[in-house]
Amino acid sequence: MTDLVDLQAPAPARRTPRSLTLSVGLVLVGLHLFVALLTLFWTPYDPTAMTGGRLEPPSWAHWAGTDRLGRDLFTQIMIGSRIALTVGAGAVAIAAAIGVTLGVLAAFATRTLDDVLAATFDILIAFPTLLLAMLVVAATDTASLFSAILALGIAISAIVARLTRILAKRVLAMDYITAARTAGSSWPSIVFRHVLPNIWPTLSVNFALQFGIAIIAEASLSYLGLGAPPPNASWGRLLQEAQGTVYTAPFGAVAPGIALVSLVIGMNLLADGLRDVGDPTRRRSR
Amino acid sequence: MSLLRIENLTIRTGGQALVKDMSLVIEPGARVGLIGESGSGKSLTALAAIGLLPPGLKPEGSILLDGVQVIGAPEEKLKALRGRTAAFVFQEPLTALDPLMKIGRQVAEPIARRHRRDGRSAGRQEIVAEVRHYLERVALPDIDRIMNAYPFQISGGQRQRVAIAMALACRPKLLIADEPTTALDVTTQAEILELLSTLVREEGMALLFISHDLPVVAKVAEEVTVLRRGQVVEQGPVRSVFGSPQHEYTKMLVDAAAAFDRALGAQQ
Repeated sequence: MTDLVDLQAPAPARRTPRSLTLSVGLVLVGLHLFVALLTLFWTPYDPTAMTGGRLEPPSWAHWAGTDRLGRDLFTQIMIGSRIALTVGAGAVAIAAAIGVTLGVLAAFATRTLDDVLAATFDILIAFPTLLLAMLVVAATDTASLFSAILALGIAISAIVARLTRILAKRVLAMDYITAARTAGSSWPSIVFRHVLPNIWPTLSVNFALQFGIAIIAEASLSYLGLGAPPPNASWGRLLQEAQGTVYTAPFGAVAPGIALVSLVIGMNLLADGLRDVGDPTRRRSR
Repeated sequence: MSLLRIENLTIRTGGQALVKDMSLVIEPGARVGLIGESGSGKSLTALAAIGLLPPGLKPEGSILLDGVQVIGAPEEKLKALRGRTAAFVFQEPLTALDPLMKIGRQVAEPIARRHRRDGRSAGRQEIVAEVRHYLERVALPDIDRIMNAYPFQISGGQRQRVAIAMALACRPKLLIADEPTTALDVTTQAEILELLSTLVREEGMALLFISHDLPVVAKVAEEVTVLRRGQVVEQGPVRSVFGSPQHEYTKMLVDAAAAFDRALGAQQ
């Protein structure tokens, strides 16, 4: 019995870089998650208090320097982690709820309804995510953290829906679905027992990728002044504020940039690593 | 009452008839072979019998499954027939099992469904015991390991045994086996055929055995229907159809099998 399993396990040499990908991703995302949770209880300074001179360079007192009003930048970047993760998780949750439902519906629908839904997804995807999100923000009147999350969630849901539809259609064409139907399975049972578990490995990887895209899109919205309003220290807004002084105090732009890039890269590495964990046929088995 | 009575079945797509004027009767407990080359409409006939033709294919005629008219019946009525009256075993066991579900859970599913249909809730322990029972029924070794394995972790022959266990677990009156041995090697083929014959006899099920392989059909079936291009060319007891074939096509099949036997004999 062990022989059989050993034969099917991938060679160790192939495993190492993959698990490295997952580990680095987990460390980067974990670090941001830790900082985000920490800010709920403690930050080095009050993010709105003027605690130093204006546009100070990094020092022991202010690890990332201060902004043009003399507020501590590191504190604001830490809070930015929390906002980025909230936006990413919220947007992906909304996109998953809408996208998976519509995608599965389209896969099961009659030819005409399927065509209509598929065309709608394609048209929505043709709009850049950011543009679509701007339209939704504009429609909700006041910019808030929630409107940014909703906007990005809706914009991303089309991508999720199209992927779900294609994946679900492929699963529905498989023999084991016919086999389940010949044995008397009902459609809901087929969706929950066979379709969703079989598309989940691919979907979860996409969710992790969309998480990263949502974070960048939120930063862009905030940069344009359409994201979370001022008390929320979004990285996008920090970048926008640092823009005017980028030659005199470059670190004000570099620091939030590093935070943003590290989280997005972490999410992407995590996505790559998840691909292997989610699928038992690729997992190293007992 | 016959278990399955197909009368003048015609299956069309567009203007083309894939099955023409086909009739077939299966009595309870009978073992019937359906033989023909690929594309002759064997599998379509079997799927039509439980109302699962792919969209775009229109059946005409009459199909009475356990006294219920299948053609034109609403989905709810058909769903009640599937599994309980007829259950399937397919050709390729690797794709007929869900790749991401452990064997134990896959076999548990038809068992739990049968209990639900009978209007009683079965406990987890009871279902696990039944899963073991059916896996033992199909003579699988090392049941503890297999229940916890994914389909890709067991051999092709074992997978087909699992598929048969799943069909048995429905407790059908009719077992429809669609080329169940084609994807297996010769030794495994013989074992699976033996197993199917024994199970069908012991459980008192009827068997519709679909194959393109004449010796295989001769081994398990009592009666045989020969299909060619969607039309029945010959029908009757295995002995008389294969012993003194009337139709050109059946003669050709029998001759081919005989020639193969002779070639094999000459070599030895």
